Amino acid sequence: MKDNEDEPLLVAEGLTKRYGRQTGCQDVSFELYEGEVIAVVGESGSGKSTLLQMLCAQMEATSGRVLYRKRDGVMCDLAAMDEAERRFLARTDWGYVHQDPTIGLRMAISAGGNVGERLMAVGQRHYGRIRGTATSWLNRVEIDPVRIDDSPRTYSGGMRQRLQIARNLVTEPRLVLLDEPTGGLDVSVQARLLDLLRGLVADLKLSAVVVTHDLAVARLLSHRIMVMRGGKVIESGLTDQVLDDPREPYTQLLVASILPL
Amino acid sequence: MTAPAYNFAYLDEQTKRMIRRAILKAVAIPGYQVPFASREMPMPYGWGTGGVQVTAAVLGPDDILKVIDQGADDTTNAVSIRKFFIKTAGVRTTTETCEATVIQTRHRVPETPLSEKQILVFQVPIPEPLRFLEPRETETRRMHALADYGLMHVKLYEDIAHYGHIATAYAYPVKVDGRYVMDPSPTPKFDNPKMDGCAALQLFGAGREKRIYAVPPHTSVVSLDFDDHPFEPYRLDGACVLCGADDSYLDEVITDDRGARMFVCSDTDFCAGRRSAASSAEGLDAERRRD
Repeated sequence: MKDNEDEPLLVAEGLTKRYGRQTGCQDVSFELYEGEVIAVVGESGSGKSTLLQMLCAQMEATSGRVLYRKRDGVMCDLAAMDEAERRFLARTDWGYVHQDPTIGLRMAISAGGNVGERLMAVGQRHYGRIRGTATSWLNRVEIDPVRIDDSPRTYSGGMRQRLQIARNLVTEPRLVLLDEPTGGLDVSVQARLLDLLRGLVADLKLSAVVVTHDLAVARLLSHRIMVMRGGKVIESGLTDQVLDDPREPYTQLLVASILPL
Repeated sequence: MTAPAYNFAYLDEQTKRMIRRAILKAVAIPGYQVPFASREMPMPYGWGTGGVQVTAAVLGPDDILKVIDQGADDTTNAVSIRKFFIKTAGVRTTTETCEATVIQTRHRVPETPLSEKQILVFQVPIPEPLRFLEPRETETRRMHALADYGLMHVKLYEDIAHYGHIATAYAYPVKVDGRYVMDPSPTPKFDNPKMDGCAALQLFGAGREKRIYAVPPHTSVVSLDFDDHPFEPYRLDGACVLCGADDSYLDEVITDDRGARMFVCSDTDFCAGRRSAASSAEGLDAERRRD
């Protein structure tokens, strides 16, 4: 496992998605290494979410492919894997944090059940241990474990989002895809969530792709950044470099659009 | 004028062939829900239309039919389905478990062990064990196909988290032959162990949902549980006031409006059998004493 750590974890090659005549995403290629966080920024409709869904095989690409290095070190084409294996990866090796926690969580099931679901899906059959793990994860995402048996319906927006993160990270995945993780939260809650995410990413040496339209989120979380417009990546590079010295006129516009305090 | 208005056992032969094909497939893949073209029956959905169609398809002129409803031979559902087959098939019927060759049941497995010569037909309202956890049929089918059953344990987890023990008392999910998770129809979980390795063929018919599934004879049926919260069959703590059985599944009967109650066997044939055995033994004793 250690011997090929310098190989990328995830490789996207010429990813293209067409919806009829519309283009969702066009010829996107990048490599993601272990422990690295890439931010994908751009306005609504620029193909960010399409890209994210293709990366975890939730959506089939029109052309191009995604390669993923499994824990045994073998690089695999996601499209060539069978569905059982993709599902297994999706609940062990990957996490997917939705912008809307009501989609990412099971709202009718208690917080503990939400966190424990992945553990049970990979075969854990000891109630006490599952509950213990769930409790420690709730602590880790700063949710009071007293509320372990409450439904996420009774949680605030920020708590729901943190619960969703705990639910995804409980199997210690290697790759997390975040779709606007701070969307719809007020700024102080956003700040706490970002703080938490940054800590977890560093602790667990996670690789992550963060889709966001918020440049501040990209600045805080990511090492590298890709700017998308009309389905194409128009600029990419180190986050600080791109944000401090944008080359493309569109990127310059994005950076200049941030309201100064 | 005297020609029968309908075929033996109500359904036409083509329909029975279609149902038998579904049954054969179900037997070949234990626990797998086989879709079939369920017919309108002359009784409302929820009254056992699935079970009736399966029974009609397996019934022959020499069969002896027993029909039970919650263990009893004399409740509405049992009486009307028995009459239905007397009228449409003219088969012999019985209330004795060991005499019957086909037993249609609503939500109980008889207490008397079944034999290889018998077929047990269950009436199933909702065949999909994952239904209330995952509403999409496309998704539940995929979960079955990939044996992706983690969600089933989430339900049991929720039970323990809220009630301190697995509170699911009926329709308790089972894994059949180590592969498919199956809803044993709303039988009390007391009956789950009887399905495991049962000598009789067990067929399940869901009329409204148009599914047939089966547990072939001598097939493993394992109730899902946690290592630290093992499966436990539940029965009321008491003995039958009629026959004294303390190991059968009991019904609670309210006898007045001041809280008085009594427990009786849910399986009426089992109870009657025990009582007649006891009275004939008493009779023998009395005769011996006289001699």
